[in-house]
Amino acid sequence: MAIVTGKKNQWRVWAAHAFLIALLCVILFPLLAVISISLRPGNFATGSLIPTEISLEHWKLALGMSYTGADGKEVQPPFPVLLWLWNSIKIATISSIFIVALSTTAAYAFARFKFKYKPAYLNGMLLLEMFPRVLALVAIFAIFERLGAYVPWLGIETHAAVIVAYLGGVATHIWTIKGYFETIPQEIEENARVDGATLWQTFHRVLLPMAVPILMVVFVLAFIGTIIEYPIASILLREEPNLTLAVGSKYYLQDQKFLWGDFAAAAVLSGLPITLVFLFAQKWIVSGLTSGGVKG
Amino acid sequence: MSAAAISSPLVRGSRGTAPSWLSHAITAFAAIAALYLVFRIYAAGQPLWALGALILFSIAIAIYATNWSIASRYTFPGLAAIFLFIALPLLFTMQIGFTNYSSNHLLTFDRATAYLLEQTTTDEASVHEFSLLEYSPGLQAVFLTNPKTNEKFSTSITLDATEPIRVAPTTNAYPDSFQLRERIALRNKLMRLQFALPNGDVLSYASLREFAKVTPVWKQNPDGSLTRAEDGAVFKPNDKVGYYENASGDKLSPGYTVNVGFANYARMINDENFRAPFISIFIWTMVFALLSVFFVTAVGTTLAVILNWEALKGATIYRTLLFLPYAVPGFISILVFKGLFNQNFGEINTILSALFGIKPAWFADPLLAKVMLLIVNVWLGFPYIMVLCTGLIKSIPADLYEASAIAGAGPLTNFFKITLPLIIKPLAPLLVGVFAFNFNNFVLIALLTDGRPDFLNTNVPAGTNDILVSYTYRIAFKDSGSDFGLAAAISTVVFFMVAIMALFHLRMMKANQGK
Repeated sequence: MAIVTGKKNQWRVWAAHAFLIALLCVILFPLLAVISISLRPGNFATGSLIPTEISLEHWKLALGMSYTGADGKEVQPPFPVLLWLWNSIKIATISSIFIVALSTTAAYAFARFKFKYKPAYLNGMLLLEMFPRVLALVAIFAIFERLGAYVPWLGIETHAAVIVAYLGGVATHIWTIKGYFETIPQEIEENARVDGATLWQTFHRVLLPMAVPILMVVFVLAFIGTIIEYPIASILLREEPNLTLAVGSKYYLQDQKFLWGDFAAAAVLSGLPITLVFLFAQKWIVSGLTSGGVKG
Repeated sequence: MSAAAISSPLVRGSRGTAPSWLSHAITAFAAIAALYLVFRIYAAGQPLWALGALILFSIAIAIYATNWSIASRYTFPGLAAIFLFIALPLLFTMQIGFTNYSSNHLLTFDRATAYLLEQTTTDEASVHEFSLLEYSPGLQAVFLTNPKTNEKFSTSITLDATEPIRVAPTTNAYPDSFQLRERIALRNKLMRLQFALPNGDVLSYASLREFAKVTPVWKQNPDGSLTRAEDGAVFKPNDKVGYYENASGDKLSPGYTVNVGFANYARMINDENFRAPFISIFIWTMVFALLSVFFVTAVGTTLAVILNWEALKGATIYRTLLFLPYAVPGFISILVFKGLFNQNFGEINTILSALFGIKPAWFADPLLAKVMLLIVNVWLGFPYIMVLCTGLIKSIPADLYEASAIAGAGPLTNFFKITLPLIIKPLAPLLVGVFAFNFNNFVLIALLTDGRPDFLNTNVPAGTNDILVSYTYRIAFKDSGSDFGLAAAISTVVFFMVAIMALFHLRMMKANQGK
């Protein structure tokens, strides 16, 4: 807007900067505070935002090492954070691989074939996805509780049950991949068919290599979605060594046992990688959000 | 997935290259495996689940073994996953809502009956200590001593005997050659042994060192009722309440799951103690979702407008930093706030008391807890709206603002007369989505306050800032009782509310597209 830029406008720019900086201070305060708290000695000490005394005790505990306190007492890690992180990564990776596989094949059919009731399937999927799975927790619990009586490795307290329970969340990913497949010209696959490739060969030798970028994106999105999932994991996993990070972290902040400093170190340790992955994927997430806004 | 009509030129002559005998063999093998699995489920006493599995496997085999529908081969795994893990749990939840499934009624009728029939009593007068002596490999001598009468019996046995073994009186006593650990290892064999005394009593395994007359507590009658062996009291299964009951209404634990019709729903309406908190939780759920949408939208749009202002340098940096709350995993940032808001040593109260000398009780005061939930929720949610609005504002033609600048309009006029009217239409369906999300924002409540502080004088614990989903979670998984049936009934009610929101959302989306 290259129109009038008078003195009044200049004043407004400064006001906007001041407002945004003030707001940023408030918005970023929790994130900066938690880093500072993780470096502060003790679980109860309150101090300035910039710690006056740096102590690595909480970080040692978060990394699974014990440390000797000022009174000579050895302090053991309160919770196995690294084990929880590993559980989370394991569950998220395996379920994301399955989610990508399930949604890629379905998206292929929705993008390339014409069949009866296709729009109904596509919209029905989206409609179902709107029902939060929190509503079905009782049923999910009952299903796996009964299943576990006959198939022990799929019962309550198993990671396999959590992975299986996550597999339903494919509808949005099917839409995303379908949109991408539709931008790839169909002629390439038709040429492969003319050269004698079977349908399956054209799919996994011709189309899939061209779709690797979107598969990566969907994998990252599914990974983030499952690693931060709380409700289902919290009903299927109860024993300490089985927990995922999302379920276990809350045990740091119980009323009787408030391990504020230890929590802060564990939170930074485990939150940072997930945040970085999210920021790395931000470009696609944002384009997904906005394209959803424009075309639905 | 019926009658797929494929018209794509891709699909002509789409048979695979595998020889037909191989595919037939694989099909036959898969069919047999599937049938076996179905049979196992049926034999486990779950005929409905067996039927469902049978239908699912039949569809799968029809799709992969025939040329019926090529497209289905690709859609089936994904659609089956959606059906199994999203649609089925929702339907199953509705069904559980009509039962009394809870910690007192956890078992099916058959499993509860089997449990009761397994209960035994030990006749104290017949307790015999027993010792084992291995005198040659695989051959043991057993000595039974009644400590009350000092009668002794013995015989030689093999541990694999199936009939009751006759024992004869003896006067000798022998030391035990088996250690406790060995007895534990032999326990499964010992439990199957029975000894017949000369007086006709049959002794069975009672503990690691004792055999005694062990009799079942319950005897099943042909009409399905149970008779207590001790006093002949008769308990009949009462399928209305899911318990075995006698004539005076005494109940046997455990109960079993039965259909109770609309009893759970009637409770929501009729039970005064339950209805009052239920209604206030419902109102708070609406208020929470509406206020969240309002504040998130206000903050998000304001920031989007400011950051789209061309005169402002460094907008990208601001935007990236302001996006951070959305990038940090929710379970971590919510717990960080839980610590920061702590009344006694949280950083927020430290600052407030330094500046104003106040220390608000964020977690103990119902109103402050609600304020805190909204503050945290706005922090978590505004970047989403900010990003959405940025995209929408970018698509507004610049000449509109040029025209308004010539007319001498200020930024506020621009916002309310140009920007807002143009973005509200595409934004509206997304705001319905945000409303639906917050209506069910379970993670925030569960991790920050757990719904506390609780209402007083309720028979089902309920929190003043619980929303419907966190309330059902508490009923089902947290507080004693684990009333899954009631929780499922409330979930079903929420389910219909979400369905209305979802239809509303789709309508608005369609209206926008049709434009």
